[in-house]
Amino acid sequence: MPTDEKAGTGQTVAQPEIGNYAAGWHDAETKYSFRAEPGLSEDVIRQMSEIKGEPNWMLDFRLRSYAHFKKRPMPRWGCDLSGLDLDSIYYYLKPEAENSRSWDDVPDTIKDTFEKLGIPEAERTVLAGVGAQYDSETVYHNLQQEWSEQGVIFLDMDGGLREHEDIVKEHFGKVIAPEDNKFAALNSAVWSGGSFVYVPKGVKLEIPLQAYFRINADRAGQFERTLLIVEDGAFLHYIEGCTAPTYSNEALHSAVVEIIAKPGARVRYSTVQNWSSNVYNLVTKRAVAMEGATMEWLDGNIGSRMTMKYPAVWLLEEGAHGEVLSIAFANEGQHLDAGAKMVHAAPNTSSLITSKSISKGGGRSAYRGLVRVENDAEHAKSFVRCDALILDEDSRSDTYPYMEIEESNVDLGHEATVSKVGEEQLFYLMSRGLSEEEATAMIVAGFIEPIVRELPMEYAVELNRLIELQMEGSVG
Amino acid sequence: MLKITGLKAVVEEMEILKGIDLEVKPGEVHGIMGPNGSGKSTLARVLSGDPTYTVTGGTADYCGQDLLAMEADERARTGLFLAFQYPVEVPGVTIGNFLRTAVNSRREEELSAMEFYGMLTEKVRELGLNDQWINRYLNEGFSGGEKKRNEILQMMVLEPQLCILDETDSGLDVDALKIVSEGVNRMRSPERSIIIVTHYERLLEYIMPDKCHVILDGRIVLSEEGIDLARRIDEQGYEHVKKQQAAQTQA
Repeated sequence: MPTDEKAGTGQTVAQPEIGNYAAGWHDAETKYSFRAEPGLSEDVIRQMSEIKGEPNWMLDFRLRSYAHFKKRPMPRWGCDLSGLDLDSIYYYLKPEAENSRSWDDVPDTIKDTFEKLGIPEAERTVLAGVGAQYDSETVYHNLQQEWSEQGVIFLDMDGGLREHEDIVKEHFGKVIAPEDNKFAALNSAVWSGGSFVYVPKGVKLEIPLQAYFRINADRAGQFERTLLIVEDGAFLHYIEGCTAPTYSNEALHSAVVEIIAKPGARVRYSTVQNWSSNVYNLVTKRAVAMEGATMEWLDGNIGSRMTMKYPAVWLLEEGAHGEVLSIAFANEGQHLDAGAKMVHAAPNTSSLITSKSISKGGGRSAYRGLVRVENDAEHAKSFVRCDALILDEDSRSDTYPYMEIEESNVDLGHEATVSKVGEEQLFYLMSRGLSEEEATAMIVAGFIEPIVRELPMEYAVELNRLIELQMEGSVG
Repeated sequence: MLKITGLKAVVEEMEILKGIDLEVKPGEVHGIMGPNGSGKSTLARVLSGDPTYTVTGGTADYCGQDLLAMEADERARTGLFLAFQYPVEVPGVTIGNFLRTAVNSRREEELSAMEFYGMLTEKVRELGLNDQWINRYLNEGFSGGEKKRNEILQMMVLEPQLCILDETDSGLDVDALKIVSEGVNRMRSPERSIIIVTHYERLLEYIMPDKCHVILDGRIVLSEEGIDLARRIDEQGYEHVKKQQAAQTQA
């Protein structure tokens, strides 16, 4: 297996990968007589923390979070989570049998989609969760060189905690407290994997950082925890996930992403989520933006059975700017409840929310958003635009816009449209030889274009192809 | 190429076409003129397969096929093209992307990106448009004249067999009119037929027709070779022609 190099120090560190956990587990067995069991308990958390070799404060953090998680009731708004059985989930160690999946077990629908998207062999096995690490070693090492020269730190979260405890301790859980919501509490208790990124002052990274390039490739982690710290005047574009369908045996994926954009910094975080149709995807993502900083969330939701996700920006200092560009495509059997939150807590701050949601085949999509302007956040400017496209009579789209305004000197706008595919548009395109299917797909692609064009090209191309496949109804 | 007999059509229960007879041979250019509400645009839309209209009688033979039995996209793929009077906006869809899909939809083997964009850029320039045109979103924010030119661009790219121009001249200034007419004239060929639906005879001066027809109240009432009929309408108006025709019928 490829070795992990600490950024800048050249020492090798053992990879905390699932495979190694299995090995570590055997040690743990002799020490704790621990058996992999579903469900969560303090014991599981203590053992997890011990195996990872974490400092005490992190264990305390986890336990405090777990206590809150137990107290907190399930949310009764948004998606119907009654089908989610929290006691039957394996939160950390999994029995051997679970780990050794084969290509044969992967659903045909997923395999077909890989075929249609032209995804290379090696990537398929990783995306399906059955293969070992994708060999991105050469690419990774070249980039690693560049990063360490600039003082950029890019590690998995476990590595980040180990190598840069001081920085992590300062920021971890400060943007999103465990008490924020039940699933933030859960993640805070059992998090594993995710990214830790630190960009020093003034460093502008030309190439986006991707989870792909992280040394340990547990890209499909259930409870990923990501912390991005971007110092004054720096620039970072981080890409999470990929458009290809990601198959997971696990029913629950509950990630937490915390971002700190220091004065004058600019951060863009792009996600295209395409979880398999068994997944409950409940995510808490929030950034704080300091003076003159800009935070942009690009959020694409195609997969999963249920998604609840509201990327947020807390505009804490003067001149901060936040943006959320969100696309949701809900197909049959899906409920995607997505949106944004913007909190203006300083004067001269601005925010822009653009949401495009599409529903097809009985799917249900929603925009749920909050714009909050605190008292004294003078000259706050905020504009929300949510457009919904409903493709047939069985499908549904809802809008839940919330505005909490405590300052009178502000400039706010909200526009919402709901439409179906125009007859005239369909006829126009068909009169040029496109079939009804092709014409509809083209209109849908045009609908989301203002957001897609902000994505890096390969993502835009793949996303468009994916939408096309969704339109054919041939994606699982 | 096209033979229409007794074509009748309604929209929202109102009968617009009351029995159209028309024959267009390969290579011919026909002008169809008529006052507002006469049904000339309706004829164009019905031929292209607009689902808003319901055909209630008559036949339309297109190169030996039953045109009325074909869906709009089928008609297009077999070579029929309508330049719309009011082209609709399709947000977010670039002209380049759209045309490429349209061209490839009627080919066995798709054109490569390079071949396609090379050809498209050439035609864009022929029409006096700048190269950025292909990146514009389809009709979005276009002026009336730009929309009409975009229709002709599409026609030039798709190379149809039967072209129907629905009031293409409205909204065009003199220069644009010249450029568009040149574009249409370059497309004249013995295998291609063109039907020009218009209010005014001006466009017909630029694109000399083989035959002209006048449509009144849902029927073609006069047909003549050449452009003379169109000129008479321009000088004397539709009313005069109506009276003339009524007199003739009585005689």
